[in-house]
Amino acid sequence: MSRYLKTVDSEWFRHRLTMVMMCVSVAALVLILRLIYLQIVMGQEYRRMSLNNSIRLQSIDAPRGLIFDRHGNLLVENRPSFDLYISLKDARPVENTLGRLATHASLEETELAERVAGVRGAAYHRPQLLKRDIGRDALAVVAAHRYDLPGIDVQIQRLRNYVHSGLAAHLLGYIGEINTKELQKKIYADSRSGDLIGKTGIERSLEAYLRGKRGGRQVEVNANGQVVQVLHTVPARSGHNVYLTIDSRLQQRAEELLEDKAGAAVALDPNTGEILALASSPAFDQNDFITGLSRDKWNALINNPLRPLENKATQGEYPPASTYKIITAMAGLQEGVIHDSDIIFCPGHYRFGKRNYRCWRRGGHGSVDLNKALAESCDVYFYQVGQRLGIDRLAWYAKAAGLGARTGIELDHEGKGIVPTAAWKEKRTGIPWQPGETLSVAIGQGFNLVTPLQMAVFTAAVASGGVRYQPTLVKRVASWGGDDILRNEPKVVARLPVDPATLALVQKGLWEVVQGDRGTARIARVKGIDVSGKTGTAQVVSREKIEETEDGASIHKYKDHAWFVAYAPSENPRLAIAVIVEHGEHGSSAAAPVARELIKTYLGEVPLAPAVASGSSKAPNG
Amino acid sequence: MVDRRYLTYFDWGLLALTFLLASIGLLTLYSAVMAGVPTPQETLFTKQLIWYGIGLVVMAVCILFNYKLMERHAWLIYGGVVLLLLWVMFFGKYIGGSRRWLVFGPVSLQPSELAKIAVIIMLARYYAKYVSGRGFTLKGLQVPVIIALIPFLLIVRQPDLGTAGLIGLIAASMTLFVKIEKRTLLIISGSGIAMALPMWFFFLKEYQRQRILTFINPDRDPLGAGYHIIQSKIAIGSGFLTGKGFLEGTQNALSFLPEQHTDFIFSVLAEEWGFLGAVILIFAFLVFIFWALNIAYSCRDPFGTILAVGITAMIAWQVVINIGMVMGLMPVVGVPLPFISYGGSSLLTTMISVGILLNISMRRFMIE
Repeated sequence: MSRYLKTVDSEWFRHRLTMVMMCVSVAALVLILRLIYLQIVMGQEYRRMSLNNSIRLQSIDAPRGLIFDRHGNLLVENRPSFDLYISLKDARPVENTLGRLATHASLEETELAERVAGVRGAAYHRPQLLKRDIGRDALAVVAAHRYDLPGIDVQIQRLRNYVHSGLAAHLLGYIGEINTKELQKKIYADSRSGDLIGKTGIERSLEAYLRGKRGGRQVEVNANGQVVQVLHTVPARSGHNVYLTIDSRLQQRAEELLEDKAGAAVALDPNTGEILALASSPAFDQNDFITGLSRDKWNALINNPLRPLENKATQGEYPPASTYKIITAMAGLQEGVIHDSDIIFCPGHYRFGKRNYRCWRRGGHGSVDLNKALAESCDVYFYQVGQRLGIDRLAWYAKAAGLGARTGIELDHEGKGIVPTAAWKEKRTGIPWQPGETLSVAIGQGFNLVTPLQMAVFTAAVASGGVRYQPTLVKRVASWGGDDILRNEPKVVARLPVDPATLALVQKGLWEVVQGDRGTARIARVKGIDVSGKTGTAQVVSREKIEETEDGASIHKYKDHAWFVAYAPSENPRLAIAVIVEHGEHGSSAAAPVARELIKTYLGEVPLAPAVASGSSKAPNG
Repeated sequence: MVDRRYLTYFDWGLLALTFLLASIGLLTLYSAVMAGVPTPQETLFTKQLIWYGIGLVVMAVCILFNYKLMERHAWLIYGGVVLLLLWVMFFGKYIGGSRRWLVFGPVSLQPSELAKIAVIIMLARYYAKYVSGRGFTLKGLQVPVIIALIPFLLIVRQPDLGTAGLIGLIAASMTLFVKIEKRTLLIISGSGIAMALPMWFFFLKEYQRQRILTFINPDRDPLGAGYHIIQSKIAIGSGFLTGKGFLEGTQNALSFLPEQHTDFIFSVLAEEWGFLGAVILIFAFLVFIFWALNIAYSCRDPFGTILAVGITAMIAWQVVINIGMVMGLMPVVGVPLPFISYGGSSLLTTMISVGILLNISMRRFMIE
């Protein structure tokens, strides 16, 4: 106690406490005064407002951003959907009203009757949806007969519309209702259940730009739910418009060329990395997802053995086959294990260890130098180059070419592919690397897997003198006012680790493939334009196995995948392409013509068919 | 060896007030959860009853030992709470974007609630030791600032700005109570303004300024906080003089009130019991606060006095902020109304507070 005697006495504390009590009293007084104001002074007014819960929030949806191609052609828009509603208590007698409605708007009366058959209780007083998206013609009729149709109301809703049904379906993606799992994610913090969000493709990856910001109104309504006055309005902010790098004409051509096939085609500008076309076949119609997909249609999509929902250009992983020889050639030259003038004799097979490795040409190519090896795709030549390099050196060059890693394009679920190394196999299977496997890898078989996009990007790097650009689908994002939100500039990701001289030798070989007298892809020639490329024929099962199957009909699924990678013009290239046709058998016959037509379309050898997107409206500020 | 004087000096009045507030709280909560959204909200009432049971036991424990022990072991309590806060930071459960909860099976606790008590005890210990009547200078305030700042920052990180702000207010109130030297007070408030102005104009981004303005004035956000406040004002105002009657609140029943069983529970009471009910509750709180201040008044030990003042400050601030908020006088912050709002951790803290007050009250003879 002595301690506190030295410092302050309790009188001092009591003085301070009196001050505290005064503060508390003032606070209590303020609260009570406020209570008097709210409950006594304003009480009647608030009682009135509470009687019909008169203050409501109305949501104002934000229009989603539009999507255009590189030339400003509209690809994705929002269109109005006119939905027919009925207020049953106003529409009595309901049968007569529905009957007149059916006759005027040529709708099915029984279908309408079914919608309202079970409606009872509170729902009876609320408008019931009769039919969605009745179309402008029916709307005009309904509007004209309004006085004849009591209780019938049309409400307008925004619907996403993919202007050219099915065009670039994988790439653009589609939107759908947000699910519970997505609602918990941070990026959807602003969303609530029932909202439409991008589910796949650009719609999904650019969601943050495309989605606007919802607004709302605080309104006072009367007992009938009609708005008496608007108290506050927070305007909605529209989503931003996206301009893709896609050339919709080229995109459409690519899809036409792949029609009735399973496969993919990717075309890009080797000088920027901008993707001009990215097609996957078979495709689907995104508009089906917007208006509601029937169970049958959905089952047909997911059970189709050709996997229409998969974007084969970015998600499909295939053995690169002979297109991989470009890498083997680069690695061999750069590492000095082979020189362009070295001659290797090809008798049609190569004996390594206990096994005989065959060349695709049974009779052999005879004496082969680098140029001929690429032009005629001699397996024996590259078996030996691969053997001299060893698997790990070969893998290093493949990785430097961008294989085995996602390109980072703006699409979800991109495939990584596989670049096999000794360590990878040991870890994966527990079995050490067999030297013979290096031979298979060197010609693009074995464990190798690549996506068509990876091959297109690599081909573009060869075309552009070794510079590998970041592939991109987005050129620009702009606000509704036209201001730039984002402008994509070409980004260099890496350079091929080879000397210019080495690259020049490889480029010459690729030129020979198409333009040479004995090249494997002479079919890809375009009048007036030099094309360079490389074919590939990827075995789905080993050759022995095919011969075991006797029944010719079942063979389709064992048929080889056809590859073709190309760039054009050979000097100062403006287009790089990768095409794969599943079970197309030969790269030269199935894939090369697709590339040829794309080159013609883009670089314009023949007059073009009327442009697909020419009729659509231009971008407001494109 | 129970001293008979404990019984003689036992503060039956405070206990009766506690039971009164608890009854009002349970009654209102019953209405808030029963008339509002159906199951599983109904179990909330049972849960709150159980929490009151636990709270009574904890309160009883808080009476048993001499409160002076808390002065001696303040570091232990404070350190334990800081450890709990750190634990929450790393292992706490994410609910609605913040990490505030420790979950033990069916029970979840918010250590930030306990932090309020720990800070009060630590500050009371420090101020009791150095209080001089001349007021504290900057030098003397260094330690208290650190004491309050550590839990404050840990709670801001969760983030739980309501509770963190409350700790700041409690610490400030206690400090003002033990007096700040006049010049020091001028320096602190002067430099506060001097720092806030350039912060506002140069360092804050536009959207951050907007957020603060909206926080101060909810009307700026008519679709969020502003909407909640106007619904709350309608609920309170429509109660009129005598209210709509128990379980008859329409704003409550139709779920027009947000968080009607926690932060906005006062609106439920004011709607159903009207001005009379609301004034009775405010008076009950006022009597409780004065009673608690009277305990501080009659305690002859500086630690006990400052401790009682700190606890009273905590309860008083929560009452003023919560009721002020639902009536549209204060920013919208998540501060529960003591005794009334649903919530185990908050209730536990309130009951511990009552226990400590009873403890100080019944041991006042020991110093005389």
